Amino acid sequence: MTRRIRPLLLAASLTALPAAASTPAQRGLVVFQQVCAACHGMEHVDYGDMTALGLSPDDIRKWAADQDLPDGVDDNGDPKTRHATPSDPILSPYPNAAVGRLANHGLLPPDLSRLVLTLPGGADEIRQILLSYAPTPPGVKLDEGRYYNTALKWKHIGMPPPLQDGMLTYPDGTRATSVQMANDVSAFLDWVAHPHQSERRRIGLYVLAYLALMALLTFLLQRRVWSSRR
Amino acid sequence: MPSPDRMPDTEPSGWLDRRFPVTGFLRREYVAFPMPRNLNALWSFGAFLIVTMAFMIASGLFLAINYTPDITQAFASVETIDRQIPSGWFIRGLHMGGVTMLFACLYIHLGRGLWYGSYKAPRELLWLTGLGLMLMIMVTAFAGYVLPWGQMSYWGATVVLNAVHAIPLIGHPLSELLLGGETLGNIALRRLFVLHFTMAFAILGVIALHVAALHVVKSNNPTGIDPTSPAQTLPFHPYYTSRDGFALCLFLMVYAGLVFFLPGLLTLADNYIQANPLITPRDIRPEWYFAPFYAILRAVPSRLGGLILAIGSLAVLFALPWMDRSSIRPATRRPLVRFSLPLAFASFILLGIAGMHPPTETWLIVSRVAMAWWFIHFLLVMPLASEREIPS
Repeated sequence: MTRRIRPLLLAASLTALPAAASTPAQRGLVVFQQVCAACHGMEHVDYGDMTALGLSPDDIRKWAADQDLPDGVDDNGDPKTRHATPSDPILSPYPNAAVGRLANHGLLPPDLSRLVLTLPGGADEIRQILLSYAPTPPGVKLDEGRYYNTALKWKHIGMPPPLQDGMLTYPDGTRATSVQMANDVSAFLDWVAHPHQSERRRIGLYVLAYLALMALLTFLLQRRVWSSRR
Repeated sequence: MPSPDRMPDTEPSGWLDRRFPVTGFLRREYVAFPMPRNLNALWSFGAFLIVTMAFMIASGLFLAINYTPDITQAFASVETIDRQIPSGWFIRGLHMGGVTMLFACLYIHLGRGLWYGSYKAPRELLWLTGLGLMLMIMVTAFAGYVLPWGQMSYWGATVVLNAVHAIPLIGHPLSELLLGGETLGNIALRRLFVLHFTMAFAILGVIALHVAALHVVKSNNPTGIDPTSPAQTLPFHPYYTSRDGFALCLFLMVYAGLVFFLPGLLTLADNYIQANPLITPRDIRPEWYFAPFYAILRAVPSRLGGLILAIGSLAVLFALPWMDRSSIRPATRRPLVRFSLPLAFASFILLGIAGMHPPTETWLIVSRVAMAWWFIHFLLVMPLASEREIPS
């Protein structure tokens, strides 16, 4: 009986969520791939880690293969490269920090692995920055490669405005407005900074429930033991 | 002739006991061991400390397996533990949460000893082994905090290095000898790594001494009057095993709460940025458990003076059994100490809060006043109270 039902249940559970529906973090991954990854890397995150966001192994392999990594030297002593694999880190597109600075008016696009933890304002600060670009007001003179942004204390940033309405198409059909993309990508970076957070909390609840039960039992035991003392 | 604490030879354990009296030892020291009847919850913190140490060593071994003690790879190896190693985030959380729980229990355990006069005769060696353990744990925690090679690891260690440099004549040679160079580098990281987990096992040895000393002189109690007859005691098992069991469940709930729900409290965010000797963080803050001593370092305008006073703040604790000559143990029965000691506790907490804030004028004044009271309490009030005080 159960043997026959189990595959049915499995199939039903797979179709229960329409394939197109996605979480903000999943949509944020699309924004990262198509927008952020042009300048930023996440050097402590592997391509394979994206399975946790539901990216299929094939898609991960394809995405990783876009990146070339140095791979020693060939028989003539010339440098070789290879395609990245799912177990390689998502590196910045610049081969080193000096090239990164050269390409960005002297400022290196920061690594995004732990950005949400190290920015005082967390994911919300990233969202604010992405949505707070404005035309430079008259009278304000910014250096070349600096963009006016009201979310920052000193009102400018080295990152050109990255988001424009409709610049990408979400696979689930969500309209890619700037606000939508800013929300999604900050949710994604929040997940990247502590990828095990929801699992951590889920297990934590079980642990606390178990300990609470044990506390109750040991409390009753202790009362019983102490009430019988001479 | 069979002794009363031996199992009869007919029991299976009797066979073992005649050859190696381990069951008799356990029975004597952990089952029938006489405990005062009136211990309060503060007496459970020693058990918490042992359990936390066990968690630290178990989780530490797993971390050591996956950690790379090399300045170019240390940070990335910790990230790998946190992200890719199965359950690595949990093991590391256990280790980071364990430090906070260890120091919290250590300070409460120590405060309990101060309040109830547990350092007085005949418990001086118990007190000294305990303080020795605290110093060892501090050295271990310092070494451990450098290992992830984040910004706070690097710059926190640099602060300590500068403090060592302040020692006249031997300061620079000493730190070079310890760290293998003028600044923190690969040699230092490897030495600190070895130091970190060698110390962990050395601590286990000293815990054995501490517990052995406890089993000779027995537990103090809130009245400070040792039980004189068996009727005034209870056997350790089942009375205190059941009570410690309950207390441990509550303790583990707090520990689990930190690990699973508040991991952000366990470290400073800047430590998620890889160490960079060229960029000094905006404010270098110690972890909370070192904050009181950091506040003392900063409160003194001279570096050497700060170092001497920070060490002195611990040294006074070592001298305490001989500074306090009163035969009355608990502060509750000593009118002067009852007033002065809570202020010393408050000073310690204030120093801790000051140490975690930027050194503004206000916080410097708070640190200096609190530091002054800490020394006044131990160097003036305690010796004077021993002579002048009329016990209530």
